Amino acid sequence: MSPLRQSQGAAFTRILSLGAARGDTVVTNDDVAGPIDSSDEWIRQRTGIIERRRSSPTEHAIDLAHTAASEAIQAAGIDPGAIDAVIVATISNTVQTPSLAALLADRLGTTPAAAYDISAACAGYTYGIAQADALIRSGAATYVVVVGAEKLSDIAEPTDRSISFLLGDGAGAAVVGPSDDVGIGPTVWGSDGSKWDAVGMNRPLREAFDDPQGGFPTLRQDGQAVFRWAVWEMAKVAKRALEVSGVSPSELTAFVPHQANMRIIDEFAKQLALPESVLIARDIATTGNTSAASIPLAMHRLLQEHPEASGGLALQIGFGAGLVFGAQVVRLP
Amino acid sequence: MAHTTEQVLAGLAELVTDETGIAADQVTVEKSFTEDLDIDSISMMTIVVNAEEKFDVKIPDDEVKNLTTVGEAVAFITKAQA
Repeated sequence: MSPLRQSQGAAFTRILSLGAARGDTVVTNDDVAGPIDSSDEWIRQRTGIIERRRSSPTEHAIDLAHTAASEAIQAAGIDPGAIDAVIVATISNTVQTPSLAALLADRLGTTPAAAYDISAACAGYTYGIAQADALIRSGAATYVVVVGAEKLSDIAEPTDRSISFLLGDGAGAAVVGPSDDVGIGPTVWGSDGSKWDAVGMNRPLREAFDDPQGGFPTLRQDGQAVFRWAVWEMAKVAKRALEVSGVSPSELTAFVPHQANMRIIDEFAKQLALPESVLIARDIATTGNTSAASIPLAMHRLLQEHPEASGGLALQIGFGAGLVFGAQVVRLP
Repeated sequence: MAHTTEQVLAGLAELVTDETGIAADQVTVEKSFTEDLDIDSISMMTIVVNAEEKFDVKIPDDEVKNLTTVGEAVAFITKAQA
């Protein structure tokens, strides 16, 4: 039989560093309340958002991704040339092809790294971390950059009361590499396509082109259905992620859920019965919901505010349109 | 064991109090959850999930939209008990 080699990589992986970029403009609740016939008070009470960050017309998802990834690569102390793969989780690529990742890889000086986008909505970053972990341990890569990058303001309809006022723009990045011990626990991930209609774009591109009235596709959601799934079903996923990584809630330093809505975060934390000692990421209050970018942005902020948390264990969980979800326990960089 | 309509109402009122702080005696059958009791759709969902557990019934997402008054919710839950 002809010989065929198979690669094998490092036994363990970890997140070496993080980078962050938020939209250049602060958008208050008063700025968005008018078109949805609402108020600052209603938005705060309903979502926990005080303000959100959005990008001006000349700032795009690729720019946010570039800033965040550059910071992460520098903080990791490795040469861009050492990066083997660039993965961008996003729903903000304004063209079907080429990927944001290919453009980002070029701008970062990581060519000829493998480059591809992941379309897994608000679970995208956790999918990216799962992939980076697997790529490195299989020997397909040594260093991987995982970015969640979104310019959701491009696809937010200001008069939509279901989701538009939650949305923000930003990017968060992680450099993942080999480690002497376990830095990324097993991923618990999956989907429920029976709820494909629960959140997503309101119309296909083709329909928008063919409609003489125009109307670029925008995001919408069935808020109640998403809330129920995000809290009660995702609480089960979070518990499983803790179980498979052999970590109990009291051993966690931090809980970093997708920043969908503060009410979801609060109810979720209640369902998990997290001890008071566990730091809970609440970046949504001043960043908004940035889909795939929300977890790395929230983790980056948490570490800035609590540098002593570095080296501790964090449970991160993403969930969103698909419906899809992903969770893993990771060592904080 | 199936609860009576009165028991369901009392149980539901308790869940509403737990979630919103609204006094149980305010939770009467003619009241609308949103208009009269000022309960938003997120709190509503929490009450629904807790009611499913308390009364051992299923209240699907698309049914929740039809339960606009306390009376409608009580009637649905009472009927849904196997």
